[in-house]
Amino acid sequence: MQKTANVVIIGGGISGTALAYELAVRGMKDIVVIEKQYLASGATGRCGAGVRQQWGTETNAILARDSVKRFEGMNEELDYDKDIEFKQGGYLMVAYTPGEWEQYKKNVAVQHSLGIPTKMITPQEAQEIVPHLNIDGLIGATFCQTDGHANPFHVVDAYYKAASRLGVKFETYTTVTGITRENGKVTGVQTNRGDIDTPLVVNACGFAAGTICKMVDFDLPLYPQRHQALVTEPVEACQGPMVISLSHRLYCQQSPHGSFIMGVGDPNEPKDFNINSSWEFLEDVARQAITVLPLLKNLRVVRQWSGLYDMSPDANPIFDEIPGAQGMWVAAGFSGHGFMVGPMTAVLLAQKILGQQCFMPIEKFGLDRFRTGELLLEPAVV
Amino acid sequence: MQTKETIVCRCEDITLDEIQSLIKQGYRTIDEIKRVVRAGMGPCQGRTCRMLIAQELAKAYGVPVSEVLMPTFRPTVKPVKLGTFAGGESDAENC
Repeated sequence: MQKTANVVIIGGGISGTALAYELAVRGMKDIVVIEKQYLASGATGRCGAGVRQQWGTETNAILARDSVKRFEGMNEELDYDKDIEFKQGGYLMVAYTPGEWEQYKKNVAVQHSLGIPTKMITPQEAQEIVPHLNIDGLIGATFCQTDGHANPFHVVDAYYKAASRLGVKFETYTTVTGITRENGKVTGVQTNRGDIDTPLVVNACGFAAGTICKMVDFDLPLYPQRHQALVTEPVEACQGPMVISLSHRLYCQQSPHGSFIMGVGDPNEPKDFNINSSWEFLEDVARQAITVLPLLKNLRVVRQWSGLYDMSPDANPIFDEIPGAQGMWVAAGFSGHGFMVGPMTAVLLAQKILGQQCFMPIEKFGLDRFRTGELLLEPAVV
Repeated sequence: MQTKETIVCRCEDITLDEIQSLIKQGYRTIDEIKRVVRAGMGPCQGRTCRMLIAQELAKAYGVPVSEVLMPTFRPTVKPVKLGTFAGGESDAENC
């Protein structure tokens, strides 16, 4: 392992790999990415693989909108030898309660102001898009055709390969054990495989970001929250969009491979690092999915898994330099929607780190917001 | 051995040649290979290919198979219909 670097990125998920690429492509040299296991072994590789622009906060909508453009051209941009499997079958967000419908109206106004082509549609129109949708009690739905799916493993693999070609070094199965500082400035990263001198560290390790921040005596306001998902056997293409029902806490989509990926959020999930699979989840998600999409009752589940959301107090990410550790940046707290905005959050952070003009104000994502109360509260999280 | 005709993962049609090529490219564990080419992600969840890939990794790295990192064994043990989980056996058309 090399002894010095210009920047050490901790975390080999979408955040870390995309940032490594965005820094390298802008001319930075000697970039090292450290990953405790293998690339995409954390939240990125465990996510629901959805990409949506239908958000309620302007920041999320912009990041997602511009990330969609990147996903559209990613195979070519990163010269990927496989396929990131970007499928723009849309997202259908269904409203079964008046409260949901009112919120969706507000969200769509935000989306339209940013040029995101979401449509508000009737239950009948929703059923034309997803014929097996249960429209009993459905008030309406919002649909954006350019939302969709991307394969998280392949997206990370594509960034990894492109970054490697630009000289970025990836150290997998390597654990960070300490961060060294002198006079309040970061000087290096210690690992179980040796130490690296560096003036710049980016903490992009999701639910483990708090652990890394503790190494510089900073208490990051994040907590881990388990979310579970399952995948079924593959069947012929029969569902174009991801279907989201906030009142059923459900998301469900058919991947390009033909399998259905789905999950439900559990409001009683404790703040904990537990990532074991539970039988309660299987029963819960099966009931919710069959209520919204009855046809799916005949699909066989082949695998369930879980991952951790890195929840921040307002369910939005934190990009900031850590107080008392100059040169140490945090990019975490994505709260379950880091994958879909990953391409653009990496650009934003790369611009900031290199002192370039940021395409949107990064200050909004700063730690200060938890002190001032100017939160980025996102109303549309599953 | 005819590595291009020898199937290692029957669910996803992955050949021995593809597995050996990924190992040469630096994918170091069954988990990494699975995520790149879907070996072990099909209906049988790696019952056949897991140990075959483990043997290839053991050979490539010169270690005993027992030292090859195993992926997490996840539920369900066998494919089960969503309807069975939702309402029990009688609610699902299982035959």
